Amino acid sequence: MKKLLTAVLLSASVVTGAFAAGGPSVPMADANIDADNKASLQRGARLYANYCLGCHGLKFQRYNRMGDDLGMDDELVKEHLMFTTNKVAETMDIAMPEREAATWFGQTPPDLSLITREKGIDYLYTYLTTFYVDESKETGVNNYAFPNASMPWVMWKLEGWKKPIYKEVDDHGKTVTKIVGYEQITEGEMSPEEFKSAMLDLTNFLHYVGEPIKQERVAIGLKVIAYLLLLFILSIFLKREFWKDVH
Amino acid sequence: MAIVPNPHGTTGFLGWIDDRFPLTKMWRDHVSEYFAPKNFNFWYFFGSLAMLVLANQLITGIFLTMHYKPSALEAFGSVEYIMRDVPWGWLIRYMHSTGASAFFVVVYLHMFRGLLYGSYRKPRELVWIFGMMIFLALMAEAFMGYVLPWGNMSYWGAQVIISLFGAIPGIGPDLVQWIRGDYLISDATLNRFFALHVIAVPLVLVGLVVAHLMALHEVGSNNPDGVDIKKNKDENGIPKDGIPFHPYYTVKDIMGVVGFAIIFCSVLFFAPEMGGYFLEKPNFTPANPLVTPPHIAPVWYFTPFYSVLRAITYPLFGIDAKFWGVIGMGASVVIIAFLPWLDRSPVKSIRYKGPIFKAALAIFVVAFVVLGYMGFEPATPVNTRIAQVASVIYFAFFLLMPWYTKIDKTKPVPERVTMDH
Amino acid sequence: MSDTGAVDLDKRRFLTNSTAVIGGIGAAAAAVPFLASWKPSARAEAAGAPVEVDLSKLQPGERITIEWRGKPVWVLRRTPETLSALNQDDAKVLDPESAEPMQPEYAQNQHRSINPEFLVLVGLCTHLGCVPVYQPEVTADWNGGFYCPCHGSRFDLAGRVYKSVPAPLNLEVPPYHFVADNRLLIGLDGGAA
Repeated sequence: MKKLLTAVLLSASVVTGAFAAGGPSVPMADANIDADNKASLQRGARLYANYCLGCHGLKFQRYNRMGDDLGMDDELVKEHLMFTTNKVAETMDIAMPEREAATWFGQTPPDLSLITREKGIDYLYTYLTTFYVDESKETGVNNYAFPNASMPWVMWKLEGWKKPIYKEVDDHGKTVTKIVGYEQITEGEMSPEEFKSAMLDLTNFLHYVGEPIKQERVAIGLKVIAYLLLLFILSIFLKREFWKDVH
Repeated sequence: MAIVPNPHGTTGFLGWIDDRFPLTKMWRDHVSEYFAPKNFNFWYFFGSLAMLVLANQLITGIFLTMHYKPSALEAFGSVEYIMRDVPWGWLIRYMHSTGASAFFVVVYLHMFRGLLYGSYRKPRELVWIFGMMIFLALMAEAFMGYVLPWGNMSYWGAQVIISLFGAIPGIGPDLVQWIRGDYLISDATLNRFFALHVIAVPLVLVGLVVAHLMALHEVGSNNPDGVDIKKNKDENGIPKDGIPFHPYYTVKDIMGVVGFAIIFCSVLFFAPEMGGYFLEKPNFTPANPLVTPPHIAPVWYFTPFYSVLRAITYPLFGIDAKFWGVIGMGASVVIIAFLPWLDRSPVKSIRYKGPIFKAALAIFVVAFVVLGYMGFEPATPVNTRIAQVASVIYFAFFLLMPWYTKIDKTKPVPERVTMDH
Repeated sequence: MSDTGAVDLDKRRFLTNSTAVIGGIGAAAAAVPFLASWKPSARAEAAGAPVEVDLSKLQPGERITIEWRGKPVWVLRRTPETLSALNQDDAKVLDPESAEPMQPEYAQNQHRSINPEFLVLVGLCTHLGCVPVYQPEVTADWNGGFYCPCHGSRFDLAGRVYKSVPAPLNLEVPPYHFVADNRLLIGLDGGAA
């Protein structure tokens, strides 16, 4: 019977392995964030408030909760991050009415409270670092992770402009043109390395917003598991003691 | 036979109760003097674990309803409200969502145990049938519960599953509209699914669990040897191979419960999304009737049956494939209920069954897992072909069973149960 | 079943009890999140957050009503005359020195406020929770105050309850402090940040 069980578990793990192999079709950059790094999270929050919050709300995130979790007191939050309201217990909504936004950008800029849980951090980080100049678009830019995105590139001052380097590559016997890298056309306020690090901070912040309880959840989980292991050992002894009767 | 109050003649306060309510009688009949075979192995944990998960779902579910809003406008936000604003709401919600998947893990293993040891064979046919009804109720419960967060996968999952009813010739389209209560999946659908999910189906589920246990205790438990322990009784009429459920199986089940809790809490605290299989990624964006998620797949516990649905691509008798797909999917679930009459082997347990059954069961398990996997994958021509082969194997396992269990070479069954497992 | 040697009953009892105790502690701990989920949520706390009031436009004798945690809170700007009339009320009211804990410590005085000029009260009668009516007009036996239309309770202009009316206690003074000369924060004591 043990053999059978092993066989079942083995086939299950083979199946899971196969799932893991089938990723998205476009290769994504690895968003190597550190969710415990509060300085990074604070920098991300500041970037978000300055460049994103104008159009993209975080309607499930409260300012004061963010302050608590990121190690900022209410006054600091008010001063650096709150531009639309002065109530720290409020959620991070946008000032712009949704319908107006839709007429400006062709569609409503989505709320980003759960973007990392829906799309993943790798996608978000790739999206933020692959805006490139494309004159054929109304916004003048295009994106590698999200082709034909309707968002203008709001952080061009920081990053500067870049254009893609194309290369003909062989894809299953067909020759296709792929973007293999970027070339900086104009300098931004940040160097490419600084900018990438800033986008990691922003990704880190949105990862936090996706599930604010995450770090605490894991910490509580460790304690719960430790307790259960103790109880498990006790229950094994208890069972053995009683089953001495059974032959 | 007339009912005799207080047959055990208790006195004092307990006696006062027992004169009016069969407390001691129930305790003895079902717990302290319910004699279960002493050779239960690992597979016998899953019955009590299913009860535990049911209790978990009921308690966490009740607390979720205190904060959840069953309306198309508010449902998605109220789930995030539970996750963020309600004190400990995240824990209660994850206990419920992890519990849903755990329920199916436990129930599938519980059913597989029945398959291994012939627990459905005479005189336990009704135990098995009540169990299958529980499984059906559970699927309905899980499906409607999945709609409630009103994410985009909730919406489109509901769209696909409800559309299945449209395949029924004649009444299909009207039936679909009646189920939805609207011209599309809407607030009305969500609201009625909420009512069914929190009241109607749980009531049925609990009732069926009681019936399942009553039927089991009436005939007694089977065991890994498939030996009837009631054939060998001592001078007091107690089965020689039986031990009282309490304390022996209570302490053993406590061990099982804690062991299970370790695995359950590991998922709950460290991987509540389970890589997108317990909580699917497209469900983190609100329901959008205008945009379908790029890749719709049901939650993992439905994928084997969903694969059968998609595998049937041929029209038959002038009715289109869609209808036969629905029939095939329904049949793949219902056919399990007929096991008591399909298995004609002279022995119950796989320990004494012959090589043909063992091989058939192994192939069946592989086919079931393959069907489950294919349910996640896009329906390419190759995948569809694989799913078709697996579906044929799935049905062949059941339909050919009367034949191959009869010709199989079985081993002799011992008089008494064996303890070395 | 039990014919092979002696069972160590002490060990068995010890294991049973210790498992029961440790398991019981776990069960009790597991109940905490469920009970705690009934506490006011972050949203309720946000809605019940302290309210800031601008007093610069409030005229002497005028009263404004503010909503705090869903309750009416009055801010009344008293004149020197009304304040001196409180002395005459001392004999007529039940609890002139505010001995009952119906106010924060800093409002436990005759005028029941931080700054005598500004009275802050929760506008709910201490009898059965109706909203009393503001009656500032002075008559022979009435120095102005609040009258509850439900059961006839009367309060003076410090919210002190008159003797021989149904209400047993003075009107409640909520926690508050001045963030600036003309700005009041209702819902938070001065000490807390």
